[in-house]
Amino acid sequence: MKSSDASRLTLILLFAPFALWIILLIILPQIGVGWLSLREKLGPREYAFGFGNYLDFFREPIYWNTLLRTAWISVLVTILALLIGFPVAWYIAKIARQRSRAALFLMCLIPLWVSDLVRAFGWILLLRETGIVSGMLQWAGLSSGPVELLYNDITVVIGMVYTVVLFMIVPLVSTLDGMDNALLEAGYNLGGSRMTVFRRIVIPYAMPGIVAGCIITFMLAAGSYLTPILLGGKNSMWFTEQIYEQFVTRYNWESGATFGVLLLVFTSAVVWLGLRLTGQNLASTVAKE
Amino acid sequence: MNVAAPRSGLMRGLYIGYMLAFFFYLAAPLAAAAIFAFNDSQFPALPWKGFTLNWFFGSTEPQIGLFNDRRLMAGLINSLWIGVIVSALSVVIGTCNAFLFERKSFPFKSALYVLMIVPLVIPGVILGISILVFSSMIANGVSDAFWWEWDFLRPGVLLVILGQLSFLVTITTLVISARLRKFDIALEEAALNLGASRVRVLATVTLPYLAPALFSGFVVAFLVSFENFNTTLMLVGSDAPLTITMYDRMVKVGSTPVLNAVSVFLMIGSGLLALASVFAQRPRRGEG
Repeated sequence: MKSSDASRLTLILLFAPFALWIILLIILPQIGVGWLSLREKLGPREYAFGFGNYLDFFREPIYWNTLLRTAWISVLVTILALLIGFPVAWYIAKIARQRSRAALFLMCLIPLWVSDLVRAFGWILLLRETGIVSGMLQWAGLSSGPVELLYNDITVVIGMVYTVVLFMIVPLVSTLDGMDNALLEAGYNLGGSRMTVFRRIVIPYAMPGIVAGCIITFMLAAGSYLTPILLGGKNSMWFTEQIYEQFVTRYNWESGATFGVLLLVFTSAVVWLGLRLTGQNLASTVAKE
Repeated sequence: MNVAAPRSGLMRGLYIGYMLAFFFYLAAPLAAAAIFAFNDSQFPALPWKGFTLNWFFGSTEPQIGLFNDRRLMAGLINSLWIGVIVSALSVVIGTCNAFLFERKSFPFKSALYVLMIVPLVIPGVILGISILVFSSMIANGVSDAFWWEWDFLRPGVLLVILGQLSFLVTITTLVISARLRKFDIALEEAALNLGASRVRVLATVTLPYLAPALFSGFVVAFLVSFENFNTTLMLVGSDAPLTITMYDRMVKVGSTPVLNAVSVFLMIGSGLLALASVFAQRPRRGEG
């Protein structure tokens, strides 16, 4: 049949770019990194295969401590972003009037389009010893000398929440927007308290948005580079920094690849666990917008 | 009375206070980065020494402005053309993907759909190193086997383009799919019944309908490419884009107000583009 031939042809033509993209830029490179991580360097141009690079990682406490530290700070950032972002999303989706809603939403989005670098730079100017906050504290008489507010964990967390909170708000707003206020009214009419209505109606309804926001936020936090390094300084101990150092400074690609695989496995495991625990799947959460 | 709002006046006041505090938190670092671009001082710090535009247009030492700084301008131009190429490619591939997943059925479709989304949840640094590793493997293989030196597979512009393309395609696919899903297929059928060829239907009915999403996808891809740092850092060669040049300057030379000028420039540029994309997505009259 002629038309089915034509339809096959279009299918093939549409499939080709997808296949080229996903195979050449995603699948094969990931396999390449996996392969490289299993290659051990014995001498110049002499290699063996095995899990030696992974063993080295677990033998060196500084490496796995860095991964653990990256992990818990990222989880902390995700939780804070959810706590800070939820009321904002609720306000935009449920309380603000139609006209101001779009404007508020846009205001949330504008910092999103400014590079991480600019945002981190802004924080540096605010918080460093000669920065604005230090100057204001001295001017107000709250401090007798310059205060260094950079290079500590709290600053790193504040800066990272800043970078990712918008990615939490956007999916939350789009989910909450679809919730009918009648659901809330019904909850109250049936005698539910504020807390009960929130716990039994709002949270289950918003779950896809919460999960999507948490996944994106966590991935961005764990994979971030600029904010922890610029705000945390030399002792920030961030895992992506280790990867960069192995690749570029030490030129030890085998161990850099090992670190890359570990970071990817680790973040994927967290995402998978999050999806499992909440009964969601990747296509229905992340790709929803 | 809005049931979603807090009931007591005090709580409502506190809520509005919280929203104001939140927007202050959002604006503070951007304002700090912007304001010192106009300070007539060698350092981006207080005290305020008067207003100047030298950090944009100045041409004499020590206040070389952004538009006279050869390295920064070179970075800007690299960013621009890398961004245009990457966005054009990701819109083309994204459009094919959107038609593939919205219109066609084929085996393993849902698994492949998940695979299409996966690049969004791979950290950018890892996308960068994986493309670096893979292209170096090919380059080394070719060099060992045939003694050819394929320098384009070494860190440089091509790798930056490929690295950014690897995850931007997912974004454009999602943007374009969202609009294609709303398209009423009866419009295409009507055009076909009236005797138009498939290509003509595509060119005169479907693609014009998709145009706002194509534009939006292009702008979003361009902005993400322009501000990308993590993936680019691993793949960059001698032709560094603006974010990398600026980072180098920050780490090696320390911050001078010219970096604030770059920040202001980026804020205005990306703000305008983002607004353009929002307005392009707005439903027009006569559309559902």
